[in-house]
Amino acid sequence: MVGNGAVKAARLLVTALRDPATTENLAASRWTALITAARAESLIGTLACRLEGKTVPDTVRAILGEARVHADHGHLLAHWEASEAARTLAPLDIRTVLMKGTAYLAAGLSASLGRSIGDLDIMVAKDRLDDAESALLGAGWEWVKPDPYDDAYYRRWMHELPPLIHRTRDRMIDVHHTILPLTARPTPDAHAMLADAVRLESGLYVFQPVDMICHAVAHFMADGDLAGGLRNLWDIDRLLREFAERSGFWSALAARARMHGLHMPLERTLRLARHIYHTPVDTMLAGRARSTDRLYIRLLLARNGWGQETRKLLRLGFYMRSHILRMSPSMLARHLWIKWRKD
Amino acid sequence: MRHSCLIRVGPATFRIGCDWPGPVEKLRRMYRAYPAPPSTIPDYTIFLEAVRPWRRYIRPSMAIKADFMLPDAAPVSLNHGLLAAEMAMNLQMALGWRRHLLLHASSVEKDGRALIMTGMSGSGKSTLSAMLGERGWRFMGDEFALLDLADGSVHPFPRPVSLKDGAIAAMEAEVDESRFGPRMLNTPKGDIRHMSPNIVAIEDMQKPARPALLLFPRFGFESAIRPLGKAEIFVRLTQASTNYVAMGETGFAALTRFVEDVPARAIDYRNGEEAISLVDELWSEMAR
Repeated sequence: MVGNGAVKAARLLVTALRDPATTENLAASRWTALITAARAESLIGTLACRLEGKTVPDTVRAILGEARVHADHGHLLAHWEASEAARTLAPLDIRTVLMKGTAYLAAGLSASLGRSIGDLDIMVAKDRLDDAESALLGAGWEWVKPDPYDDAYYRRWMHELPPLIHRTRDRMIDVHHTILPLTARPTPDAHAMLADAVRLESGLYVFQPVDMICHAVAHFMADGDLAGGLRNLWDIDRLLREFAERSGFWSALAARARMHGLHMPLERTLRLARHIYHTPVDTMLAGRARSTDRLYIRLLLARNGWGQETRKLLRLGFYMRSHILRMSPSMLARHLWIKWRKD
Repeated sequence: MRHSCLIRVGPATFRIGCDWPGPVEKLRRMYRAYPAPPSTIPDYTIFLEAVRPWRRYIRPSMAIKADFMLPDAAPVSLNHGLLAAEMAMNLQMALGWRRHLLLHASSVEKDGRALIMTGMSGSGKSTLSAMLGERGWRFMGDEFALLDLADGSVHPFPRPVSLKDGAIAAMEAEVDESRFGPRMLNTPKGDIRHMSPNIVAIEDMQKPARPALLLFPRFGFESAIRPLGKAEIFVRLTQASTNYVAMGETGFAALTRFVEDVPARAIDYRNGEEAISLVDELWSEMAR
């Protein structure tokens, strides 16, 4: 038996990200668990940046170097996809407002250091969605899911178009018109987010800081079973640390979150970030700890040294909860019925 | 993970875990001559787990999970565990490895100089390298040739050869039974039997060689030798590399140098003996 499956690998990971010095003197089996968990959580590139300049075993140095090559290449592609999208939409006078990883990268924020970036996410005003869609289809993007039910579901209920993939570059784009599915209870003000987006030198747009956090929070909480949660929460930690230095930041954030109906998710997210990454947060805004916070923390850290998800039952509970949050019971029943019949 | 082992092939160490003992025992047997890795920290982790908890016992079916995965990879039957592990190791290299330019090619060495053979699946490059490896050449690998980004040398990756269909009997006639793995019939890739490289190939698996000749073999056509233009060679090699694009400028520099330096020919052949005589002829005429 090599390695130790039972080791709390996710805990090693968040500790190493938080405080890189803790990796000095780490035993080989712990390094193995740490690296495997970091890969499984898509945080290996981030870890590589955090451990830059630290003394690590030779094998680890090679692995982290490789992770940097992966991340750098991903960033190159992300820049490229963003500028291709902008080139397609600019003639129609549609702003390309970047979201998530590509936004952090384009804006030069520390959240992008070593971050893995997959699909390109952009937001387009709802009344320009049809124009954007046909422009993208004309420029080489194609539908990924030709299934009529999925397509109809996306168009009726989701916060984004069905995913598109580029024919020759093989990269996906998600075109959002708001930040949460229409079936969810909070209804953030996408119009305000777009109107207040900030223009970068490159001509691309990103959300203003408080909206960036609000979106990160909605994204982190809405993905019901907290899949990729440690990465999403790391983004939030980095954004908060970077933005909190601006005066009046916390009160602006509170006001904006209230406006978007994201006050409660924001409070909980702040408490989770403080617990997991020791993020300095506004104590008043974070509010009093709730007993259910513990369940979130347990689920976020449910990853063993083989990269496997643990706590299957808790995960299932969160998964069911996410669907209940997203849909009314009758709609959920219909949705699952159609999905089950197809599987 | 109940059962696991560490395997070192060339520069890469794999940790393989499994819900069942069988596949790990077969791996241990297949790799018993390989030296232990210098560090217990693996480069990549692979685990073969039951697709559902009860499928460990009832109609066992294993899912291949690893650091690098393809979406929607099909589950594999327990009998094909060794194949699953080998495929997963290849996949980690193809998708993960960024320390060399990876060429989907077989390679053999003589006097410190390497012969590299690349081509489509079915071209016979794998079988050819296995045969040459038993006839005076050092076998360096049947799947990947690792091109050094700094000095242009080729590094070995000598996993067991994955013999298919007709090639199985051909090698069984030449090689001791103890070096073969189990026969796996009707896998998604046809009949498969793995053959461990000989002890020279394993002992020298850290020793690179200078590339001296590049061949594009093609099986099933009348014996022929054809020259290729450098541009065609370059493009074919970019298609044969799993990480050329991802390696950016470094990869471009390494590949350009390779194409400039290494003489190349396409060869057609109908059987192993014909191929070997073509190789011998070209090696004595052209090898740099």
